Amino acid sequence: MLAALLIVFREVFEAGLIVGIVLAATEGVVGRARWIAGGIGSGLAGAAIVALCAEAISNALAGVGQEAFNAAILIAAVLMLSWHSLWMSRHAREMSGTFKTLGRDVAAGRKTLAAMAVVVAVAILREGSEVVLFLFGIAASGGESLASMAIGSAGGLAAGAATAFALYRGLLIISPKRLFAVTNVLIALLAAGMAGQAAVFLVKAGALPPLGDQLWDTSHVLADDTLLGRALHVLTGYADRPMGVQLLAWSAVLVGLLAAGRLATPKPERRGAVAA
Amino acid sequence: MRLTFAAAVLAALSLTTAALAAAAPIVMTLDHHRFSPAEVAVPAGEKITIQLINHDPATEEFDSHDLKVEKLVTPGGRATFSVGPLAPGRYSFMGEFHPNTAQGHLTVAAGR
Repeated sequence: MLAALLIVFREVFEAGLIVGIVLAATEGVVGRARWIAGGIGSGLAGAAIVALCAEAISNALAGVGQEAFNAAILIAAVLMLSWHSLWMSRHAREMSGTFKTLGRDVAAGRKTLAAMAVVVAVAILREGSEVVLFLFGIAASGGESLASMAIGSAGGLAAGAATAFALYRGLLIISPKRLFAVTNVLIALLAAGMAGQAAVFLVKAGALPPLGDQLWDTSHVLADDTLLGRALHVLTGYADRPMGVQLLAWSAVLVGLLAAGRLATPKPERRGAVAA
Repeated sequence: MRLTFAAAVLAALSLTTAALAAAAPIVMTLDHHRFSPAEVAVPAGEKITIQLINHDPATEEFDSHDLKVEKLVTPGGRATFSVGPLAPGRYSFMGEFHPNTAQGHLTVAAGR
């Protein structure tokens, strides 16, 4: 039971961090509940499909199918996050006011809600497929009764979902005016972290050179496999022993998104002129 | 254009296969959620290919932060992956789904 609880919690926690940020970033957007729920639903369905096809995926492309698949869905998520971030920056002027106007303005451009639904689906698909494989495994091994496995999984799911909800509600403490700026940075960090992970998978697939297997080692300060290390890994792309190409992808996406966001944001004086 | 691409992919695949064939892989099995051998000694500074064969009825994920590997192995299936070149030291790995029993180390000896 404890094993099921821990594994399910860890995976739900990791996906939940991403969902929590997406929820905060889309706060007040009309119709987002349907899109996010759709993302969660397709993520769960995708997780089951990926788990069922695990063997075929793993054996594809001369044995590097799993790496290529992970890299591909991570890159898709990075593109979706980037699109959302740039679109929101470009429309920041209209949204500088309250949630109410934010809702109206964003209602005109529902497209980025679809992008955020894809991000949610990818996060749930990645972590969810591991949960499914793990639970299938316990069931097949027969080491644990189904009841104890179900109780453990439900506990892990509840705890993981609670963390996601806490992150979302915690971010809402930020004043509505500043929330957009904060979530935009969080989205950029999320995208950068995913780009770094995608680069590592591409190295593993033999498609990219590592450019240094290990730039530094901070595992004695904060190891990747601790709960805080995992959280920072998901949220900011933290890695205790990063590869060169991982750092390169991370910084390129982070700097690119922050710079493009700044360029796309209308100038403050124009905003003043419109208000006056 | 498409043909050139296909040829390049084929060439890359045959190169990969050749590379995998060149260095004899370290064969490791999983039985009752334990690695065998669980202690492996390898030379420093060389790319190491590991083939993991899963004899259990459960999927396992070979997981190592030290080696930067996360690789699924399906029930009765096998996974081949490479690590390194590694600096001398002791690198731990585990089966993420059965971490209590599935534990092992790769020891990289200095010199040569």
